[in-house]
Amino acid sequence: MTATAEAPAKAGAVPSMTVTLKILRFDPDGLDGREPGSEYWEEFTVEAHATDRVLDALHKIKWDIDGTLAFRRSCAHGVCGSDAMRINARNRLACKTLLKDLNPARPITVEPIKGLPVEKDLIVDMEPFFASYREIMPFLMTSGPTPERERLQSPEDRAKFDDTTKCILCAACTTSCPVFWTDGQYFGPQAIVGAHRFIFDSRDEGEWDRLEILNDKAGVWKCRTAFNCTEACPRGIEVTKAISEVKRALTTGTV
Amino acid sequence: MMAQAPDLTAPKRPVSHSTLGRAQRWSWIFQRVSGVVLIVLIFTHLFINLWSGDGINQIDFAFVAGKLASPFWQWFDFLMLTLAMIHGANGMRMVIDDYARKPAWRATLQWALRIATVVIVVLGTLVLFTFDPCPADADPSLLPSICEDI
Repeated sequence: MTATAEAPAKAGAVPSMTVTLKILRFDPDGLDGREPGSEYWEEFTVEAHATDRVLDALHKIKWDIDGTLAFRRSCAHGVCGSDAMRINARNRLACKTLLKDLNPARPITVEPIKGLPVEKDLIVDMEPFFASYREIMPFLMTSGPTPERERLQSPEDRAKFDDTTKCILCAACTTSCPVFWTDGQYFGPQAIVGAHRFIFDSRDEGEWDRLEILNDKAGVWKCRTAFNCTEACPRGIEVTKAISEVKRALTTGTV
Repeated sequence: MMAQAPDLTAPKRPVSHSTLGRAQRWSWIFQRVSGVVLIVLIFTHLFINLWSGDGINQIDFAFVAGKLASPFWQWFDFLMLTLAMIHGANGMRMVIDDYARKPAWRATLQWALRIATVVIVVLGTLVLFTFDPCPADADPSLLPSICEDI
């Protein structure tokens, strides 16, 4: 950590440091004499506190240095899933990654998530990702009349899919998957996580509709258990385990 | 630009057996099962050929001919050959599916792979079952012991 101590730190003061962010930028319009659609690395140096996250550094750059830097963020607290990006070659949420955990002595690389078309700088086109999610029908499917009160469920039944309810659709898992990068047809880990959440829900009756979709060419059998998705998930979902549970449901024919 | 959500239909509850019969699923199961069987077959093969008896020094025409004269080793090697070839070809098929983007290039590679697999399995099977351990006019010292009776 390169702490810049001009004056003796006051008691309780947060130490500050200088960090360099190396950002992979994409310029679709061709500003400043660049070719439209050019891709280039740009370094920014900012002063940051030890408690700052990568998102705070990006804000400093956008607000004080270069307003043309484009990135997504909404809640800025790890819930909305808007600011997934590739930081030091790993998919993470910029709002949940502290600068001090990233070795600030060296430039921190920030790239857009891979495998989806880049629109500008760190913003990618999420439509193919959401299309896969829609494909697996992420809504409650039931038959019969709507009950007068809640659909009840035992804690044991709830525990079966508890892990996959945590998904925030940030696309960190899908865009870390080597099969998703190369194949271009694979649903991706997130869609399978979304399907898992309903397949193993005792209140839902559409499990075989979803399993039929996931048994297809682009479905679970494309998974090579690389575990990149489990490592990338900022919510700590055991994604590969969820995919394997879907595979087991398909091999045994029972949910 | 935005795609429409799928239409709502009544869910189908029972196990769909047409779904369970799809080729993708069987190819995945085959890969796992054949992998486990191949570990046993290959390590037995390596143990018998390279470790037991005189180890690697025992391998000559007589040793191989003696093994292939026995129906057990013929079927053992046949199983190892077919499982290894299909297991490997199935893996290559997935690699081609991943990396060959253009449909024509993908089809060319897939057919080349299928033809190569069939040719190697057929040739290997022919060798296993038509092999003559005691060729006429050969130096008797190089032949397996079973040839002395002929």
